[in-house]
Amino acid sequence: MNDQTPTAVERAEKLQGLGSKRKRVEDARFTQGKGNYVDDIKLPGMLFGDFVRSPYGHARIKSIDKAAALAVPGVVAVLTAEDLKPLNLHYMPTLAGDVQAVLADEKVLFQGQEVAFVVAENRYVAADAVDLVEVDYEQLPAINDPFKAMDADAPVLREDIKDKMEGAHGPRKHVNHIFTWEVGDKDAAHKAISEAEVVAEEMISYQRVHPCPLETCGCVASMDKINGKLTIWGTFQAPHAVRTVASLITNIPEHNIRIISPDIGGGFGNKVGVYPGYICSAVASIVTGVPIKWIEDRIENLTSTAFARDYHMKGRISATSDGKITGLDCHVLADHGAFDACADPTKFPAGFFNICTGSYDIPAAHVTVDGVYTNKAPGGVAYRCSFRVTEASYFIERMVDVLARKLDMDPADLRLKNFIKKEQFPYTSVLGWEYDSGDYETALDKAMKTVDYTGLRAEQKANREAFDRGETRKLMGIGVAFFTEIVGAGPVKNCDILGLGMFDSCEIRIHPTGSAIARLGTISQGQGHATTFAQILASEIGIPADMITIEEGDTDTAPYGLGTYGSRSTPVAGAATAMAGRKIRAKAQMIAAYLLEVHEDDLEWDVDRFQVKGNPESHKTMAELAFASYNQAIPGLEPGLEAVSYYDPPNMTYPFGAYLCVLDIDVDTGVTDVRRFYALDDCGTRINPMIIEGQVHGGLTEALAIAMGQEIAYDEIGNVKGATLLDFYLPTAVETPAWETDYTVTPSPHHPIGAKGVGESPNVGGVSAFSNAVNDAFAHKGLTHTQMPHDHWRVWKTAEKLGLNG
Amino acid sequence: MSKMHVKMTVNGKPVEGLAEPRTLLIHFLREDLNLTGPHIGCDTSHCGACTVDLDGKSVKSCTVFVAQANGAEVTTIEGIANPDGTLHALQEAFREHHGLQCGFCTPGMITRAHRLLQENPNPTEAEIRMGISGNLCRCTGYQNIVKSITAAAEQLASMKEAAE
Repeated sequence: MNDQTPTAVERAEKLQGLGSKRKRVEDARFTQGKGNYVDDIKLPGMLFGDFVRSPYGHARIKSIDKAAALAVPGVVAVLTAEDLKPLNLHYMPTLAGDVQAVLADEKVLFQGQEVAFVVAENRYVAADAVDLVEVDYEQLPAINDPFKAMDADAPVLREDIKDKMEGAHGPRKHVNHIFTWEVGDKDAAHKAISEAEVVAEEMISYQRVHPCPLETCGCVASMDKINGKLTIWGTFQAPHAVRTVASLITNIPEHNIRIISPDIGGGFGNKVGVYPGYICSAVASIVTGVPIKWIEDRIENLTSTAFARDYHMKGRISATSDGKITGLDCHVLADHGAFDACADPTKFPAGFFNICTGSYDIPAAHVTVDGVYTNKAPGGVAYRCSFRVTEASYFIERMVDVLARKLDMDPADLRLKNFIKKEQFPYTSVLGWEYDSGDYETALDKAMKTVDYTGLRAEQKANREAFDRGETRKLMGIGVAFFTEIVGAGPVKNCDILGLGMFDSCEIRIHPTGSAIARLGTISQGQGHATTFAQILASEIGIPADMITIEEGDTDTAPYGLGTYGSRSTPVAGAATAMAGRKIRAKAQMIAAYLLEVHEDDLEWDVDRFQVKGNPESHKTMAELAFASYNQAIPGLEPGLEAVSYYDPPNMTYPFGAYLCVLDIDVDTGVTDVRRFYALDDCGTRINPMIIEGQVHGGLTEALAIAMGQEIAYDEIGNVKGATLLDFYLPTAVETPAWETDYTVTPSPHHPIGAKGVGESPNVGGVSAFSNAVNDAFAHKGLTHTQMPHDHWRVWKTAEKLGLNG
Repeated sequence: MSKMHVKMTVNGKPVEGLAEPRTLLIHFLREDLNLTGPHIGCDTSHCGACTVDLDGKSVKSCTVFVAQANGAEVTTIEGIANPDGTLHALQEAFREHHGLQCGFCTPGMITRAHRLLQENPNPTEAEIRMGISGNLCRCTGYQNIVKSITAAAEQLASMKEAAE
């Protein structure tokens, strides 16, 4: 071998495969304003749709008068429920087995509900006409408190299903009740708690928030009447599922529907659902014969499409007097709004909330969840988390802190004492999940050493003494949080959405000259799939990532998949990519054996080539094998080099992490200053460290927003109390602290490349860390738990109640 | 509604069109001029996705009537690259330092940073954070945006030094 021959290490580096901090291929377009988002699409003759929405939380519609709106020049149509009824499209199925009004039928059930759809020549004329549609309402009493939804005298919200007492998830106890979900051994948990030396009890509420991606939801629907094909470009996190749902509800054959997700300006769960705007746009295009664009404005986004959380979790946790946890019990009251439009796998009406034993080896646990209707927007999506995992993680992480106070133990020590041990994996929790891998103690140890946890506690002690002496008005809080996510839904045997198994897919074509295209069933919304999936493939098939095009989001070209949410892209579609790559390699090996005139078993793979064992000079690179597959007649082999994989994961993946937050609270103003935030994530094999770090930064900032200020609140008659970005907290660069990131690597044993997914971890772990820090700041003054969001006013109120700012 | 005749210079080129006086500048740019780089992320001037440069100042073009921009010089993200077509130092730095994810805030963010670095060519981290506080990002947590702008400022300074 001469000196010019690149070594295996050099060849591997050139691939920019797994572990490379490869720069993103998406960025050249985005930095020049050449993205292609749905509102950038402009088709000949396109009209614009806009909604007339309910001003009331609960009201009967007495009449709708379209005449004045229709008289406006440029207005083409005004659709109401009466127009959709002959098509049986005035209701649509939700992802949770309920139905949702597309346009309000006789009643409105939340402020902002869609009542009529105006179609006009541009958005200005549409907005003018919306104001002129006269709707006569009779206001009804509203339910804004989920705890009052099942009162004997509560108003009946859903008249359409008032006699249907068997719901999609079993019997309903009340007209406003949706489901009860129960997991675990009730007797064992109650026995453990009743016999325990120490029991802590707390009501942990996780307020209603909204994913609020910077781009709102929208679509362009275009019915081509000549060939009968309906194409919808839209903000869809699951384009294939949307196609199937659209076919089922419109009776248009599925091959005549094409769904395209163009560039998506952030999703965070908001763009998983099917919304009335999509249906109305499609109907309007079918009726008018021209394309229809519908784009939400921000107020519409925050008040009508897909809220998250609104979980009210009453918990009890028990332990021995020296801090060994013996039992956990939780009852959740879940506010689902006016229609049950939760985005959860069919068999899981409360998602994976039963991951709520968290990272701890708890011998007995029991969970019940009751879902109820209220006069609020429907939704219940996983806002940058897997299904209800953030709620579960927040619950257990607060409960462990509350227990630590009661035991007078350090919260980090209590966690270390109760962790599932490294040697217990794979670990089956009492609530039924099989955790794939973990090394929690190493992670928390590393975190505590890096931040000098002991030193921080000593500093806090000194701060508290100084506060009591009147030398400072600031209190220091230290938040410890540990989380275990459950992502990558999921095995088809127990996870489906509307009957569609939650596998995912990748199809690869190698071109004759050794470059490639791979198409997947997922869709990036900023995660950088075009960059990272090419890296997975580069390592599998030895073609440089720069020579691999990744394409997603067009149902006419991409293989079927369930889309991107719940951190499932890497665990499921990433696995499909690796598996399809291995099929390519297997065929390439057969071609190499033929060309090198050896038995396949005498060949070994080396970075980008097959070489004869013991004689590396005799080899064929993947590029050579690709060309051969197109120009050589090889006995027993079809020409070409293509592969497809539909991957059904054997289990979910369980990323974990240790987060530490240090903050200072000014008790006189309630202003909270996050001084330091350290996040250690273990997402298994790391595909692109640069992108992982970026995902963690972003997720932590969303966690900061939730913990410190976000809330979609309603008043007693159902008015939304603020739904613009003036009221709904999105931190700016000024409030956002600098983030410190770190990692350990514990690969998933069942994933082809050991990766677990990371995008959502920082939101799951971050919220608990911030909230634990705020609670910790006041712990020595007797506080056990105060509800989020910890905005200045609420923090100030907490200080006031504790008598600290008089 | 009757339309008015508007003329302005956008990204160095004279443009004109007919628009209702109430038309917002963002809609004129996106829909009449097909400059879809600037985006619409809110209705209330909070998010900054629609930021453009108007006569040497950063403005949120969702809050400017096209009538107010009549006769003005407007620069959008499409006009930020160097005259020879190569990327501006800011565009390069955002790519190099992972200063973007979904890309929706990016045009407004870079356009704002472009003006910021003309107002203050050597900003501190705190000045950058304050300087872009009218532009919201939901993906990056700002850390890599700040890093990108800092790197671009250094790059521009060294280019200026080399030229002198």
